[in-house]
Amino acid sequence: MAEWFDMGKHTWFVWGSYGVFAFFIVAELLLLERRRRTILQRLSRTSRMNSGVNDET
Amino acid sequence: MNINWFKYASPASFYPLAGKMIPWFAIPAGILAFIGLVMGLFVLPPDFKQGESYRIIFIHVPAAWMSMVIYLAMAFWAIVGMVWNSRLSAMMAIALAPTGAMFCFLALWTGALWGKPTWGTYWVWDARLTTQLILLFMYLGYMALHAAIEDPRRAARASGLLAIVGAFNVPIIYFSVQWWNTLHQGASITPNKSEMAASMASVMLIMAVAAWLYAIAVALKRVRCEILDRERHASWVAELVTKTGQVHG
Repeated sequence: MAEWFDMGKHTWFVWGSYGVFAFFIVAELLLLERRRRTILQRLSRTSRMNSGVNDET
Repeated sequence: MNINWFKYASPASFYPLAGKMIPWFAIPAGILAFIGLVMGLFVLPPDFKQGESYRIIFIHVPAAWMSMVIYLAMAFWAIVGMVWNSRLSAMMAIALAPTGAMFCFLALWTGALWGKPTWGTYWVWDARLTTQLILLFMYLGYMALHAAIEDPRRAARASGLLAIVGAFNVPIIYFSVQWWNTLHQGASITPNKSEMAASMASVMLIMAVAAWLYAIAVALKRVRCEILDRERHASWVAELVTKTGQVHG
Protein backbone atom coordinates (compact mmCIF):
# COMPACT_ATOMS: atom_id res chain seq x y z
CA MET A 1 0.00 0.00 0.00
CA ALA A 2 2.77 2.42 1.02
CA GLU A 3 4.48 1.98 -2.33
CA TRP A 4 1.35 3.36 -4.02
CA PHE A 5 1.91 6.64 -2.25
CA ASP A 6 5.65 6.67 -2.74
CA MET A 7 6.56 9.36 -5.27
CA GLY A 8 10.32 9.00 -4.78
CA LYS A 9 12.08 12.32 -4.30
CA HIS A 10 8.90 14.14 -5.31
CA THR A 11 6.67 12.75 -2.55
CA TRP A 12 6.39 16.09 -0.68
CA PHE A 13 5.68 18.06 -3.84
CA VAL A 14 2.99 15.74 -5.18
CA TRP A 15 1.21 14.99 -1.88
CA GLY A 16 1.75 18.55 -0.64
CA SER A 17 -0.19 19.70 -3.73
CA TYR A 18 -2.95 17.07 -3.61
CA GLY A 19 -3.29 17.27 0.19
CA VAL A 20 -3.79 21.03 0.31
CA PHE A 21 -6.12 20.82 -2.69
CA ALA A 22 -8.28 18.19 -0.95
CA PHE A 23 -8.23 20.18 2.30
CA PHE A 24 -9.59 23.29 0.59
CA ILE A 25 -12.32 21.39 -1.27
CA VAL A 26 -13.48 19.64 1.92
CA ALA A 27 -13.27 22.90 3.90
CA GLU A 28 -15.31 24.76 1.28
CA LEU A 29 -18.03 22.10 1.30
CA LEU A 30 -18.18 21.97 5.11
CA LEU A 31 -18.26 25.78 5.49
CA LEU A 32 -20.98 26.05 2.87
CA GLU A 33 -23.11 23.40 4.58
CA ARG A 34 -22.60 25.16 7.92
CA ARG A 35 -23.65 28.48 6.43
CA ARG A 36 -26.79 26.88 4.99
CA ARG A 37 -27.72 25.32 8.34
CA THR A 38 -27.14 28.61 10.19
CA ILE A 39 -29.41 30.51 7.81
CA LEU A 40 -32.12 27.82 7.99
CA GLN A 41 -32.03 27.74 11.79
CA ARG A 42 -32.31 31.52 11.95
CA LEU A 43 -35.22 31.51 9.52
CA SER A 44 -37.07 28.78 11.43
CA ARG A 45 -36.52 30.69 14.69
CA THR A 46 -37.84 33.92 13.18
CA SER A 47 -40.80 32.06 11.73
CA ARG A 48 -41.64 30.49 15.12
CA MET A 49 -41.33 33.88 16.85
CA ASN A 50 -43.60 35.50 14.29
CA SER A 51 -46.22 32.76 14.55
CA GLY A 52 -46.07 33.14 18.36
CA VAL A 53 -46.75 36.87 18.01
CA ASN A 54 -49.58 36.14 15.58
CA ASP A 55 -51.11 33.60 17.97
CA GLU A 56 -51.16 36.14 20.79
CA THR A 57 -52.83 38.79 18.70
CA MET B 1 -40.34 24.14 -26.22
CA ASN B 2 -41.10 27.59 -24.95
CA ILE B 3 -39.24 28.37 -21.73
CA ASN B 4 -39.78 31.69 -20.06
CA TRP B 5 -36.19 32.37 -19.01
CA PHE B 6 -37.09 35.64 -17.30
CA LYS B 7 -39.22 33.68 -14.87
CA TYR B 8 -36.01 32.20 -13.46
CA ALA B 9 -34.45 35.63 -13.00
CA SER B 10 -36.58 35.95 -9.90
CA PRO B 11 -34.90 34.56 -6.76
CA ALA B 12 -38.18 32.90 -5.69
CA SER B 13 -38.31 30.79 -8.88
CA PHE B 14 -34.58 30.19 -9.10
CA TYR B 15 -34.20 28.91 -5.53
CA PRO B 16 -36.01 25.55 -6.05
CA LEU B 17 -34.60 25.20 -9.59
CA ALA B 18 -31.03 25.60 -8.27
CA GLY B 19 -31.76 23.00 -5.61
CA LYS B 20 -32.88 20.51 -8.25
CA MET B 21 -29.85 21.24 -10.46
CA ILE B 22 -27.15 20.70 -7.79
CA PRO B 23 -27.06 16.84 -7.87
CA TRP B 24 -26.85 16.88 -11.69
CA PHE B 25 -23.51 18.67 -11.39
CA ALA B 26 -22.23 17.38 -8.04
CA ILE B 27 -22.59 13.64 -8.72
CA PRO B 28 -20.80 13.61 -12.13
CA ALA B 29 -18.14 15.91 -10.59
CA GLY B 30 -17.46 13.34 -7.88
CA ILE B 31 -17.37 10.41 -10.31
CA LEU B 32 -15.07 12.17 -12.78
CA ALA B 33 -12.75 13.43 -10.02
CA PHE B 34 -12.48 9.88 -8.65
CA ILE B 35 -11.62 8.45 -12.09
CA GLY B 36 -9.17 11.29 -12.79
CA LEU B 37 -7.43 10.95 -9.42
CA VAL B 38 -7.03 7.16 -9.66
CA MET B 39 -5.72 7.44 -13.23
CA GLY B 40 -3.51 10.46 -12.57
CA LEU B 41 -1.97 9.30 -9.31
CA PHE B 42 -1.80 5.51 -9.59
CA VAL B 43 -2.35 4.26 -13.14
CA LEU B 44 -0.34 6.53 -15.44
CA PRO B 45 3.43 5.92 -15.44
CA PRO B 46 5.91 8.62 -14.32
CA ASP B 47 6.98 11.16 -16.94
CA PHE B 48 10.30 10.31 -18.63
CA LYS B 49 11.63 13.82 -17.99
CA GLN B 50 9.94 15.12 -14.85
CA GLY B 51 9.40 11.85 -12.99
CA GLU B 52 6.50 11.82 -10.51
CA SER B 53 6.18 15.60 -10.08
CA TYR B 54 4.34 15.97 -13.40
CA ARG B 55 1.25 14.48 -11.70
CA ILE B 56 0.63 17.93 -10.19
CA ILE B 57 -0.55 19.01 -13.66
CA PHE B 58 -3.84 17.14 -13.12
CA ILE B 59 -4.88 19.59 -10.43
CA HIS B 60 -2.73 22.60 -11.30
CA VAL B 61 -4.09 23.22 -14.79
CA PRO B 62 -7.80 22.72 -13.93
CA ALA B 63 -7.37 25.03 -10.90
CA ALA B 64 -5.70 27.70 -13.04
CA TRP B 65 -8.37 27.42 -15.76
CA MET B 66 -11.19 27.61 -13.23
CA SER B 67 -9.66 30.65 -11.51
CA MET B 68 -9.80 32.52 -14.84
CA VAL B 69 -13.17 31.17 -16.05
CA ILE B 70 -14.88 31.88 -12.72
CA TYR B 71 -13.53 35.44 -12.71
CA LEU B 72 -14.95 36.01 -16.19
CA ALA B 73 -18.28 34.48 -15.14
CA MET B 74 -18.29 36.76 -12.10
CA ALA B 75 -17.66 39.81 -14.28
CA PHE B 76 -20.38 38.62 -16.69
CA TRP B 77 -22.99 38.38 -13.91
CA ALA B 78 -21.85 41.73 -12.54
CA ILE B 79 -22.49 43.31 -15.97
CA VAL B 80 -25.88 41.59 -16.31
CA GLY B 81 -26.76 42.74 -12.79
CA MET B 82 -25.86 46.32 -13.60
CA VAL B 83 -27.50 46.52 -17.02
CA TRP B 84 -30.79 44.81 -16.11
CA ASN B 85 -30.68 45.72 -12.45
CA SER B 86 -31.37 42.09 -11.59
CA ARG B 87 -30.80 41.03 -8.00
CA LEU B 88 -30.19 37.39 -8.87
CA SER B 89 -27.27 38.24 -11.19
CA ALA B 90 -25.57 40.20 -8.43
CA MET B 91 -26.06 37.22 -6.11
CA MET B 92 -24.57 34.87 -8.74
CA ALA B 93 -21.50 37.11 -8.97
CA ILE B 94 -20.82 37.05 -5.23
CA ALA B 95 -21.63 33.33 -5.01
CA LEU B 96 -18.85 32.55 -7.49
CA ALA B 97 -16.10 34.59 -5.82
CA PRO B 98 -14.99 32.32 -2.93
CA THR B 99 -14.67 29.27 -5.21
CA GLY B 100 -12.74 31.32 -7.78
CA ALA B 101 -10.42 32.65 -5.10
CA MET B 102 -9.88 29.12 -3.79
CA PHE B 103 -8.96 27.79 -7.24
CA CYS B 104 -6.68 30.79 -7.79
CA PHE B 105 -4.82 30.12 -4.53
CA LEU B 106 -4.60 26.39 -5.36
CA ALA B 107 -3.19 27.17 -8.81
CA LEU B 108 -0.46 29.26 -7.15
CA TRP B 109 0.18 26.69 -4.40
CA THR B 110 0.37 23.65 -6.68
CA GLY B 111 2.41 25.73 -9.16
CA ALA B 112 4.93 26.57 -6.46
CA LEU B 113 5.24 22.91 -5.44
CA TRP B 114 5.69 21.93 -9.07
CA GLY B 115 8.11 24.77 -9.73
CA LYS B 116 10.59 23.70 -7.06
CA PRO B 117 11.51 20.28 -8.52
CA THR B 118 11.14 21.52 -12.12
CA TRP B 119 12.71 25.00 -12.08
CA GLY B 120 14.59 24.85 -8.76
CA THR B 121 12.46 27.57 -7.16
CA TYR B 122 9.05 27.88 -5.53
CA TRP B 123 8.44 31.36 -6.84
CA VAL B 124 9.71 33.70 -9.51
CA TRP B 125 8.34 37.13 -10.45
CA ASP B 126 7.65 36.25 -14.07
CA ALA B 127 4.63 37.50 -16.02
CA ARG B 128 2.42 34.42 -15.63
CA LEU B 129 2.96 34.00 -11.89
CA THR B 130 2.67 37.70 -11.13
CA THR B 131 -0.56 38.20 -13.10
CA GLN B 132 -2.04 35.09 -11.44
CA LEU B 133 -1.13 36.56 -8.03
CA ILE B 134 -2.84 39.82 -9.07
CA LEU B 135 -5.94 37.75 -9.90
CA LEU B 136 -5.95 36.39 -6.34
CA PHE B 137 -5.76 39.95 -4.99
CA MET B 138 -8.63 40.95 -7.31
CA TYR B 139 -10.77 38.15 -5.88
CA LEU B 140 -9.89 39.09 -2.30
CA GLY B 141 -10.47 42.80 -3.03
CA TYR B 142 -13.82 42.01 -4.64
CA MET B 143 -15.02 39.98 -1.64
CA ALA B 144 -13.68 42.54 0.88
CA LEU B 145 -15.36 45.44 -0.93
CA HIS B 146 -18.63 43.55 -1.17
CA ALA B 147 -18.53 42.69 2.52
CA ALA B 148 -17.61 46.25 3.55
CA ILE B 149 -20.74 47.89 2.10
CA GLU B 150 -23.93 47.16 3.99
CA ASP B 151 -26.52 48.15 1.40
CA PRO B 152 -26.71 45.14 -0.99
CA ARG B 153 -27.40 47.26 -4.09
CA ARG B 154 -24.46 49.58 -3.48
CA ALA B 155 -22.25 46.61 -2.55
CA ALA B 156 -23.16 44.84 -5.81
CA ARG B 157 -22.54 47.98 -7.86
CA ALA B 158 -19.15 48.87 -6.34
CA SER B 159 -17.77 45.32 -6.27
CA GLY B 160 -19.26 44.65 -9.73
CA LEU B 161 -17.26 47.55 -11.15
CA LEU B 162 -14.11 46.09 -9.59
CA ALA B 163 -14.92 42.68 -11.09
CA ILE B 164 -15.36 44.20 -14.56
CA VAL B 165 -12.11 46.20 -14.37
CA GLY B 166 -10.24 43.14 -13.07
CA ALA B 167 -11.53 41.00 -15.96
CA PHE B 168 -8.98 42.73 -18.22
CA ASN B 169 -6.27 40.91 -16.28
CA VAL B 170 -7.58 37.49 -17.39
CA PRO B 171 -6.46 37.60 -21.06
CA ILE B 172 -3.16 39.06 -19.86
CA ILE B 173 -2.67 35.97 -17.65
CA TYR B 174 -3.57 33.61 -20.48
CA PHE B 175 -1.35 35.21 -23.12
CA SER B 176 1.48 36.20 -20.74
CA VAL B 177 3.47 33.11 -21.74
CA GLN B 178 3.36 34.23 -25.37
CA TRP B 179 3.83 37.97 -24.88
CA TRP B 180 6.78 37.80 -22.50
CA ASN B 181 9.72 35.53 -21.94
CA THR B 182 8.54 33.55 -18.96
CA LEU B 183 9.94 30.68 -16.96
CA HIS B 184 6.42 29.25 -17.05
CA GLN B 185 5.83 26.93 -20.00
CA GLY B 186 3.41 27.72 -22.81
CA ALA B 187 -0.13 26.38 -23.04
CA SER B 188 -0.24 22.59 -22.57
CA ILE B 189 -3.33 22.24 -24.70
CA THR B 190 -4.73 24.53 -27.39
CA PRO B 191 -7.72 23.80 -29.63
CA ASN B 192 -5.42 22.52 -32.40
CA LYS B 193 -2.64 20.70 -30.65
CA SER B 194 -1.56 19.09 -27.42
CA GLU B 195 1.97 19.13 -26.01
CA MET B 196 1.18 16.12 -23.86
CA ALA B 197 0.78 12.38 -24.36
CA ALA B 198 -2.85 11.57 -25.18
CA SER B 199 -3.38 9.57 -21.95
CA MET B 200 -2.08 12.44 -19.80
CA ALA B 201 -4.10 15.03 -21.72
CA SER B 202 -7.29 13.01 -21.34
CA VAL B 203 -6.84 12.64 -17.56
CA MET B 204 -6.22 16.39 -17.34
CA LEU B 205 -9.40 17.07 -19.30
CA ILE B 206 -11.39 14.68 -17.06
CA MET B 207 -10.15 16.61 -14.03
CA ALA B 208 -10.95 19.93 -15.74
CA VAL B 209 -14.54 18.84 -16.44
CA ALA B 210 -14.84 17.65 -12.82
CA ALA B 211 -13.62 21.08 -11.66
CA TRP B 212 -16.19 22.83 -13.88
CA LEU B 213 -19.04 20.68 -12.55
CA TYR B 214 -17.86 21.12 -8.96
CA ALA B 215 -17.68 24.90 -9.36
CA ILE B 216 -21.20 25.05 -10.80
CA ALA B 217 -22.64 22.83 -8.04
CA VAL B 218 -20.95 24.86 -5.30
CA ALA B 219 -21.97 28.19 -6.86
CA LEU B 220 -25.60 26.99 -7.03
CA LYS B 221 -25.50 25.90 -3.40
CA ARG B 222 -23.97 29.21 -2.35
CA VAL B 223 -26.41 31.28 -4.39
CA ARG B 224 -29.26 29.49 -2.57
CA CYS B 225 -27.72 30.67 0.72
CA GLU B 226 -27.41 34.21 -0.70
CA ILE B 227 -31.05 34.14 -1.81
CA LEU B 228 -32.34 32.98 1.58
CA ASP B 229 -30.12 35.47 3.38
CA ARG B 230 -31.17 38.47 1.34
CA GLU B 231 -34.80 37.54 0.79
CA ARG B 232 -35.39 36.54 4.41
CA HIS B 233 -38.07 39.22 4.79
CA ALA B 234 -39.82 38.19 1.56
CA SER B 235 -43.20 36.52 1.89
CA TRP B 236 -42.18 33.50 -0.25
CA VAL B 237 -39.35 32.62 2.18
CA ALA B 238 -41.73 32.89 5.13
CA GLU B 239 -44.23 30.69 3.29
CA LEU B 240 -41.55 28.14 2.48
CA VAL B 241 -40.46 28.00 6.13
CA THR B 242 -43.97 27.65 7.52
CA LYS B 243 -44.93 25.13 4.85
CA THR B 244 -42.05 22.74 5.40
CA GLY B 245 -40.99 23.61 8.94
CA GLN B 246 -37.56 23.95 7.44
CA VAL B 247 -36.48 25.09 4.00
CA HIS B 248 -35.63 22.08 1.87
CA GLY B 249 -37.16 22.52 -1.55
